Amino acid sequence: MTQDQQLARKPGTPPPSLYAKREPVFNRRIDGRFRRIKWAVMALCLAVYWVTPWLRWDRGAYAPDQAVLIDLAHRRFYMFGIEIWPHEFYFVAGLLIMAGIGLFLVTSAVGRAWCGYACPQTVWTDLFQHVDRLIDGDRNQRFRLYKAPWGPSKIARRLVKWTIYLAISFATGGAWIFYFADAPTLQRAFWTGTADPVAYATVAVLTATTFVLGGFMREQVCIYMCPWPRIQTAMTDEKSLTVTYKDWRGEPRGSLKKALKAPDAFGDCIDCNQCVAVCPTGIDIREGAQVGCITCALCIDACDRVMKDVGRPRGLIDYATLEDAQAEKAGKPPTPHLKLIWRPRTIAYFLAWSGIGLGLLFLLGARVHTEVTVAKDRNPPFIVMSDGSIRNAYTLRLRNMQARPRRMEIVVEGLPGAVMWTGDTARQQASARLLRMVPADATQPLRVYVVAPSGTRARDFAFTVQAVGEPGEADRSAATFDTPEG
Amino acid sequence: MVEAPGADKHPKGRLDEATNTETVGHEWDGIEELNTPLPRWWLWTFYATIVFALGYSIAYPAWPMISRASEGMLGWSSRGELASDLTAQASERSRLVAELAITPIQSLPGKPELMRAAVAGGAAAFKVNCVQCHGAGAAGSKGFPNLNDDDWLWGGDLVAIEQTLLHGIRQPGDAATRQSIMPAFGVDGLLTPEQIEQVTSHVLALSGKARPDPAGAKIFADNCAVCHGPGGKGSRQFGAPDLTDAIWLDGSTREDIAAQIHRPHMGVMPAWGERLDPVTIKMLAAYVHSLGGGEKFAAVPDATAAPAEGGARAAPQGQPSPTTTEAP
Repeated sequence: MTQDQQLARKPGTPPPSLYAKREPVFNRRIDGRFRRIKWAVMALCLAVYWVTPWLRWDRGAYAPDQAVLIDLAHRRFYMFGIEIWPHEFYFVAGLLIMAGIGLFLVTSAVGRAWCGYACPQTVWTDLFQHVDRLIDGDRNQRFRLYKAPWGPSKIARRLVKWTIYLAISFATGGAWIFYFADAPTLQRAFWTGTADPVAYATVAVLTATTFVLGGFMREQVCIYMCPWPRIQTAMTDEKSLTVTYKDWRGEPRGSLKKALKAPDAFGDCIDCNQCVAVCPTGIDIREGAQVGCITCALCIDACDRVMKDVGRPRGLIDYATLEDAQAEKAGKPPTPHLKLIWRPRTIAYFLAWSGIGLGLLFLLGARVHTEVTVAKDRNPPFIVMSDGSIRNAYTLRLRNMQARPRRMEIVVEGLPGAVMWTGDTARQQASARLLRMVPADATQPLRVYVVAPSGTRARDFAFTVQAVGEPGEADRSAATFDTPEG
Repeated sequence: MVEAPGADKHPKGRLDEATNTETVGHEWDGIEELNTPLPRWWLWTFYATIVFALGYSIAYPAWPMISRASEGMLGWSSRGELASDLTAQASERSRLVAELAITPIQSLPGKPELMRAAVAGGAAAFKVNCVQCHGAGAAGSKGFPNLNDDDWLWGGDLVAIEQTLLHGIRQPGDAATRQSIMPAFGVDGLLTPEQIEQVTSHVLALSGKARPDPAGAKIFADNCAVCHGPGGKGSRQFGAPDLTDAIWLDGSTREDIAAQIHRPHMGVMPAWGERLDPVTIKMLAAYVHSLGGGEKFAAVPDATAAPAEGGARAAPQGQPSPTTTEAP
């Protein structure tokens, strides 16, 4: 009975429970084209995750040498040659938007490829399922062990398996913190018990979530918890690749024996259930496209192998678009692969994606590493000095966004006769320009008194800051000068 | 006519036709209550909060008693927490405070870290003790000096400011207080209204706001120059303001000046040495000095550089040494 039939029940019958008990999945080992792709993607993803924090990148004496570092304590984000300050967070936002549109692009072109191959939930579930196979054996042994009563052997096996789960989870949760601090230092501190409690808490939480989500919840995360499959139903259309059981070719199903007796009565499907046996989410692809199918294509590998064994053409289960399925059913040739990918929808996504990417690259190249912001003293707005001149006070913030100390020249622009001095010098040293050494990779506050001759009227002016000897490395910030004349 | 009781008509457990939900058996004018229990997770969360609340009310002050609430097993109180916070704060600052206590104020500029701490502490103390007269921005108002500018009645270096803070201005009973009196020329009949008018013209002329008045200049030389100086430049020994500059404590109009000569307004300030500890006073002095008009301390009367008696610079009227050496 399908869910729809359940819901459309007769009046007077008791309501069905909304709770469904999980059917454990014991997926069989399989080898094939897509399994190998999955191995490669898994190896790549895990390698990127575990190796990245340990890559080094020389940035000189004033900045950390970790290639990828999210330095929350000092509010810097390092990614190889790029350093992002908090106020440049739009770069990160842009990357996230690109990742989102990239998902749209991939989904509309090749369906749920993200779910099937690269999603962390998929990768880690796959890893844990291999552990299952290593400890408990393949599908049938695992099923038998599951049914077996608890005894010393079962307890021992479960303990060994869960210990391995825990070790993988700990390695997963443990690696995460190295993105946020210098990895070698943090590792030493971690093992000697001197790391920040936040580090231990983070590792504990991520170990626990990996253990539970990868070890036990598995496909339930995809089916019940993840919003992405629901969004994907809106992203895919009849031109998106999906794993398709070609029912027009397979039905009606019949075993080899039956087919021998009545050669023309049956389709290609011999009902061997291998596609179900290898499925990591435990679904039957022959029921058609469904939310439980993450399009990992292991059933394609399984079916291809069986078809080869029984001497029938491969591809009874295969990647196909809904449109191609209709065409194939009608006996027409399928769409060429390039045409599947190269269509208005994917082109639009690609343009948006690459547009944002180029925009970010342009901004990255054009950004200035020198900045000044001005905050004016509002109380008092101005001070009349004994000689009648008028003084306003400002707090400048000089920002040196390069990993070396730089000398900066500060000039008052648009305030005739004005001179300035700083909070730690005297008026006798006042001049129209100031030189200031700003430390590497730092923001330096600077209290500045600006004095204008008696009789000056209130007006707008600007502070300009120029890194000495670096044309183009300049910034300007508008300010107001208040006077008793108003 | 007797109808069957409602309980028979709507037995508990009957299923509602429209929704297939059990009824609880209550009915009002044909409107029935359906049995839609709270979700289990919600109920358990609710029970958990009750258990938590019981434990909490035992561990922390909670139950109202006759004179006060129950104290709680943990002995926690908000006042106690405040006290421990304050103690922690004090111990954090104790090093700086101890260092400030032994550092003479004129040596502060040589210790930038200490100076920064003193200015920050002074800013906080200023907001509590000083803003009532001097204003939140220390800009003062009519009759209350602006501390941001470069005009100082009693001296604007760190030592002079600390001195003024410690002993106040015109505080009876404090021998070292800043002391001076301007005669009430009008009220006491020392000058006639016409003379006051003339000397007012002269004062205005000093800063170029009126034409010179020879009669006024004569009166000024006879009555005012002893404190304000022959040129009207003022004197910090007497807290006599400079009459030639652009800063006017009690107003710069002819009426303001004439009123000041007629019946002078003379500011007072408490001797903060009686109310605040020496470290806070040092911090306040550092803060006031940092507002943009602070003057450099010249070390002529410094006890280490010269004998304390300082010869010719001995202060009149019980003025304490050291005083400022800044020329007016």
